[in-house]
Order: sequence, then structure tokens, then C-alpha cells
Amino acid sequence: MAGIWVLVEHFRGEVQEITYEMLGAGRELADQLRIPLQAVVLGHNGEGLCQSLGAADSVLAVEVPSGRELIPEGCVQVLGPLLQERTPKALLIGNTNVGLGLGSLLSATLSLPFVNFCRALSVRDGRIVATSVLYGGKIEAEVSPAGEPAIYGISPGICPAERGRSDRSPPIERIPAPPLGESRVEFKAYMEPEPGDIDITKMNVLVAVGRGIQRQENVALAEELAQVLGGAVCASRPVVDQGWLPLSRQVGRSGVRVKPKLYLAAGISGAPEHVEGMKQAALIIAINTDPGAPIFHVAHYGIVGDAVEILPALTAAVRERRR
Amino acid sequence: MDILVLLKLVPDVVEELEVAPDGKSLDTQWLRLRVNETDEHALEEALLLKENHGGTVTVVALEGPEADDALYTALAKGADRAVKIPGEWASSSSSAIARILADAARSLPGADLYLTGAQAIDDLDGEIAPRLAHSLGLPYLGGITGIVPKDDAKTALVTKEYAGGVRAQFEIPLPAVLGIQAAERPPRYVPVARIRQAMKTGKVEMLPLAPSETASLLEIHRMFKPEVAGRAEFLEGSPEEVARKICDILAQHGLL
Repeated sequence: MAGIWVLVEHFRGEVQEITYEMLGAGRELADQLRIPLQAVVLGHNGEGLCQSLGAADSVLAVEVPSGRELIPEGCVQVLGPLLQERTPKALLIGNTNVGLGLGSLLSATLSLPFVNFCRALSVRDGRIVATSVLYGGKIEAEVSPAGEPAIYGISPGICPAERGRSDRSPPIERIPAPPLGESRVEFKAYMEPEPGDIDITKMNVLVAVGRGIQRQENVALAEELAQVLGGAVCASRPVVDQGWLPLSRQVGRSGVRVKPKLYLAAGISGAPEHVEGMKQAALIIAINTDPGAPIFHVAHYGIVGDAVEILPALTAAVRERRR
Repeated sequence: MDILVLLKLVPDVVEELEVAPDGKSLDTQWLRLRVNETDEHALEEALLLKENHGGTVTVVALEGPEADDALYTALAKGADRAVKIPGEWASSSSSAIARILADAARSLPGADLYLTGAQAIDDLDGEIAPRLAHSLGLPYLGGITGIVPKDDAKTALVTKEYAGGVRAQFEIPLPAVLGIQAAERPPRYVPVARIRQAMKTGKVEMLPLAPSETASLLEIHRMFKPEVAGRAEFLEGSPEEVARKICDILAQHGLL
């Protein structure tokens, strides 16, 4: 019976959080449609990865050479024939750096519909309706695919993972990989992050700066505030791309997920790739000149204004209170 | 090394975006466009590769508001050739854009590298780069932050970004299509005077191509502004007043 498939995202031997989020979303869909939920694992010696996938009714485990699961065309060589043979209703893939490009490449190769940036999936009149987050979070769209199997790119950090976790041991069906051609793209080696900097995941207070900080000199305004609050400075992607702060300070998809007691976002618009890394902070205060900035959707307190003016005022006020 | 860079224009989200009266698309009447952010990095990476290894950089964009600006800016930054594909592309899907760009790539001299941004904010049906790679029959990798050509540009060693600052290196045979996440240096700034100069002395070539008619694989039921969960309570006043209010909140939370 055509089921819902979740492509298990694993990286360096560990099942990633997005997998449980997708299994949770997939479980809801499968139950409503009364069809099975299956987890698909592409990996080398993938056995250990299957143990935590009990939210699925069964696991399809395909043995592929090590590293192949990181290469989109390598995955298409395996998933393509499998999708055509078994025609599931849906395949869920993580909209992450690991999954990047796979949905599009599968869609292009097999002429299958692909819906990207999904934050929710629901069933309406027997059809799956995806809610996609577009334009950096400013607009959303409800979309249905025009055919099946349909592929959905699920954005991380949005679907609740609880329903996707289970201690149950799911039945595993081992599938021999189809005869694989040479992958043109070859994995060589991992590069570890440069050590030595502070670990922002361990800080209670984070002052985060984004594009709205405008110039490199202004990062010092955030440094001063972080210092008086006993915290550290972190950043969204544009600031790190400018070279104003090291990659070790980046919060979001390519950086780290943080969960401080206070996250003060200064000049950060709140693009989904950033929000997924900070929305679990206990207290979020956001300063942005744009009242429509999506950061205000996740912030507890918002200030419409220029971070460059408010940061020094706040530093002064904190010093005053501390006196 | 010859490099083709594909620039996509996307709505500038600094502006307020509105849904069109049909309820299913973006209102393009007041829309201000800008070059997709990672596409700017793709251009920068191409220019850096040219500076370090020689060769040419050709930039392609679809016609639309700000397309000339984007192309002349690219010429002012150091691109050798700018090509515009005339037509009405405003609400084209990624798959439609990728197909037309693939046609453009086939009409132009073959390149060693096809660079575009890793992802764009309007990629509802997925990224351009993998679709382009499929159309051209070339290998693809996205999320790239570094490119080192090897063996006379027969292959390249590329760096791809993962989470938590971890990266990985891959070897990819050329020609290839790469989705650039970030160039090795931030995109260069070019003064307006140089762009004006490029408008006088440079040339944007027109490359007419017929769009292929293909049915969309997605049905958009509706587009809407997200219902604001209304979580943020707004603090108002002068910077000093706002600072005092924040201090009160921090004190309530035991942070001060």
C-alpha cells in the first residue's frame, strides 16, 4: 500500500533531529490517510540508525557506499528506482544543509512535484496540503502537488518531534541497492570547525547581531552590552559572511542551535534559517527597524527601532542598575 | 577557466509584500526586486576564481525590473559579458527558470563552471542549481563555500557547509553546476560611478529564447501573510525609555 515515506537524515553516524520532526509530521498524515508510515535509511552499516525510528510502521534500509548519502545525485540513483517501483504517496526530505538540492534533483530527474520550505502538512479532502514559508517568512502559501509520489522539503525546527520519537523496534526491510553507477561527485573528508573560540551554546545570555548593525564597528556596541550582561555576542549569517564575527558565533542552519535564558536580537530580520537556531530561547527581545520583520513573530518583546541607537542606551541603563 | 553565473532577481523583503487580488500570487505592482543574496555570492566567487586562475565570467539574467542594474553592476565588478533573456518571467517557477537558463547555457560557449546561489527565498518548487544540472546533464553540489580548481580545471575540490560549523570536501569533475552558499570573501562593493561607467561603455546582450510550455506540478490554493502569533509585546519610547523598560523585563526574569 502506498505509504508516507520519511528520508532519515543522518550525519556522521547520528540520526538528526529533523528526522523525528518529519516522522512526527508523517505519523499524523499516515494516521489521517490510514496508510503506513515508512522510514527510509540510505547508509553504510545503517543498522544502528534504525533503532530510534519506531514511530514508523517499518523501515526500508538500503545499503549504500559510505558518504554516498551526502551526495544528491548518489541519493537519486538509489531513491529514483525505489520511488518508481513502490510509488509512495509522499516522500519527506529535510530542508537542511544535508538535504539541500535532493528534492529538486529528484523532482527534475523523475518529473515529480516538489514542495519546498514546508512548515506543516495536512490532509484536506484526501489530498495533502503543504503550508510553505516563502520570502524569508513574509508570505506563506498553501500548496498541493499535481501528482504522486510527491516530495516535500520539511523545514527544521517547526514540526514537533515528540510524536516522531519511539523506543519501539520497528520491523526492518533490507533492500539491496540497485546497481549503482559511479557517483561523479566524490566525498573526500570532513573539516572540523576551528576550535578556540567561546561556545555560544553554553551561554545564558546572547546578544545577537544581524544585517541591521550596518557596520563592523557597531559589533562593538553588542560586545559592550554582552559584557555588562555577562553574555556573549553571536550573529546571523550576513554578519559572519561579512567576516565581522567568526563562524563559531553563527546561529541558525549552518551555525548552531542555542537555548539561552536571554536572546537579544539586534537588527536581525528573522529569516527561517536563523529562527530555527534560536526560537527555543527562554526570553527573546528583538530590535528591528521593520515592524513587519518575522523576528517579531517569535520574540516575546519587540522594539521597532535602530539597534545602533538602542544598544548603547541599553548598555548604559544596565550599568546604571548595576550601580 | 570560463564561468557562467546565473543571477536571479527576487523580491526585496525589506519592503512590505502584498498578495495579489487572485489570492494565489504575489502582487508585483509595487514589488522592488534585488539579486538573490546567494547569487551575489556566486558572482563574487566567480570573480575571485577569475582573478586567481584567469578565464572569463559571463553573467546571465532574465529580463525584469532591475535586471539591467544587476547586469551592469556585474560588468562594473569585473564580469566580461552580460546576457539578458527577454520575456515576461515575473511569476515563473524554479523549474521554468532552470529550463530557460539551461537553454541559455546551451546557446552560449561552454563553461567550466556554472554558478548560482544555493537557494532563494522564492524557491517554492526547489533550488535552481540542481534543476539546471539535470537539464545540462552535469554533476551538481550545493551549499558551497569554497572552490579550488585542480588538474588543469578538469576537476575541482569544493567545500560544502553543514551544521555547527562542520564542513566537508568533495571532488567534482568539471564542467559542473554549483550552488554557492557564500563566497570566500564578502561580495565586493562597487561605487555607483563605476556602474554608470559600465552603462556607458559596457553592453548587455539580448539572447531571445522561446520558453517551453510545461504544466506546473504544483497547485497553489492560496497565498497569505502569516497570521502573526502576536507574541511580541512592543516597547515604545525613546532609546533611553526603551532601555529602561528592557531593564525592568530583565530584572523580572532574574537576569539583572
